[in-house]
Amino acid sequence: MAKETNQTAPSLGITRPTLDVERLKADFPILSQKIGGNRLVYLDNAATTQKPRSVLNAIIEYYRKDNANIHRGLHTLAERATEAYENTRTHVAKFIGGVSTEEIIFTRGTTEAINLVAYSWGEQNIRAGDEILITDMEHHANLVPWVMLAQRKGATVKRIPLTVCGHLDLTDIANLITPKTKLVAITHVSNVLGTINPIAELVEMAHKVGAKFLCDGAQAVPHMPVNVKELGVDFYAFSSHKMLGPTGVGVLYGRRELLEAMPPFQFGGEMIREVRFDSITWNDLPHKFEAGTPNIADVVAFDAALIYLEEIGLERIREHEILLTKYAIEKLSKIPSLTILGPLDAAQRGGAIAFADADVHPHDISTFLDSRGIAIRSGHHCAQTLMRTLGFVATARASLYIYNDEADIDSLYEALKDMRAYFCV
Amino acid sequence: MNHSLDDMYRDIILDHYRSPRGKAPIPHPQISSNGMNPSCGDEISMAAEVSDGTLTKVHVHCRGCAISVASGSMLAEVLKGKSVAEAKEIAEDVRRMLKGEDCGRVESLGDLDALKGVRKFPVRIKCALLAWMTFMAGIKEYEAGSGTQVKISTEDDAI
Repeated sequence: MAKETNQTAPSLGITRPTLDVERLKADFPILSQKIGGNRLVYLDNAATTQKPRSVLNAIIEYYRKDNANIHRGLHTLAERATEAYENTRTHVAKFIGGVSTEEIIFTRGTTEAINLVAYSWGEQNIRAGDEILITDMEHHANLVPWVMLAQRKGATVKRIPLTVCGHLDLTDIANLITPKTKLVAITHVSNVLGTINPIAELVEMAHKVGAKFLCDGAQAVPHMPVNVKELGVDFYAFSSHKMLGPTGVGVLYGRRELLEAMPPFQFGGEMIREVRFDSITWNDLPHKFEAGTPNIADVVAFDAALIYLEEIGLERIREHEILLTKYAIEKLSKIPSLTILGPLDAAQRGGAIAFADADVHPHDISTFLDSRGIAIRSGHHCAQTLMRTLGFVATARASLYIYNDEADIDSLYEALKDMRAYFCV
Repeated sequence: MNHSLDDMYRDIILDHYRSPRGKAPIPHPQISSNGMNPSCGDEISMAAEVSDGTLTKVHVHCRGCAISVASGSMLAEVLKGKSVAEAKEIAEDVRRMLKGEDCGRVESLGDLDALKGVRKFPVRIKCALLAWMTFMAGIKEYEAGSGTQVKISTEDDAI
């Protein structure tokens, strides 16, 4: 896989060979199908990514050979299942910068990871009068939990506004990060604007006033090298299914001393050490936060996704996406009725490209593109407050990944032109 | 999707979308209501003048996709001149048709038949329903005599 081609882009400082997308595509069985007679062009990767054969096989192999409940069984299958499950945890810990396995908690997804922090850390640490700082570009997953926590506690949620180009507007940041601020919760990469936020810089500001920092990395970890230690974050959350892995698996990284001081999020089996009716003690990290039987098979298969991404190399994936995003923005800019949201400089953004047409509603865009085999997303992208800020009710969004190439963008471009002819006359 | 695009975007629908009927505002309407579909942001406002139990004027203004705009435009065209009782029956028939239930008379109501194609695109049924739900909410308030302007959402339970 990932055979190298000779295409390079010295103008962007990229000199490594780009990805051999044709060969990568062949690893994804779902991509070989036709939709309504057309080649499937999958451009909804910010919603979820497709799965390579190695991930699919890992799920089947687990159930065929190793299936057992983990941690408690003393038989061979239980040992194998436990080892495979914990092996993924070790891999994840390495993947995001070499943290301790005790700092990696498996959840159902990014949303549950953030809710875990809101309910466990938040309930314990947020008081009336405190402030939680988010931004105007948050996904509902990193917005609603904080609004609800603030309501329960009599705290306030404040927001960093955006510049017209779709970056965070930090001009007034000194008035937003203050000693009242107890938590700063910000997305690493926007799922609508594509903006990459200056997390390390923001973490430093938060820590100066004693606030903790949570970063929503759902749109970052799949697309670029991420090192949570270098970022300095206290909590970092992301999802397996947006990076070639199965659905139903999320990761919460939390700094050990914080996790140790936090109460459990859910109660039941596995998260306890000793249970008496008058006293219950909690299991050690990370098991304290993994009550009940987890999603073993999908965690096990997530390892295959990590291996696949590492074999390509996260830096090369990032470079591939910069090149392709640049190509897509240039191409879409040729359609005068389209407005592209977020930064236009590909080096400053991820590959989620939201756009609106002056005359055709996003739902009609989606339906029309689907008739050509092109899968995009339309709607508010779980960011209704951002849409309102931008003055749109909904937009269309094409989002790229490793198996997309210029031909996919060309198909999108041609279809959008035909769409204008179809609806606008 | 296995269905042709033209099943949904029939010529009649595109025609209503490109030049919606019922655009003229009504200065003193007896019926007035607003509707929205929060999942896509579509918004519709409608008003009607009632004289001797007949809808003498129907106004619809919709900001949304081709399906919701066309459905609203058809509503304005079809309901004008109908009695309040007839209009309610038609709206109920359209609702039943879009939900795939038995309905009587829609086929005899010309353009409305074109909305049938939307059924093959389940995620778009709410788009087609928006105008009719908004109208029914307005009628309900009118009949209750409350004189208030109602606001509904496609996410309300009543759909």
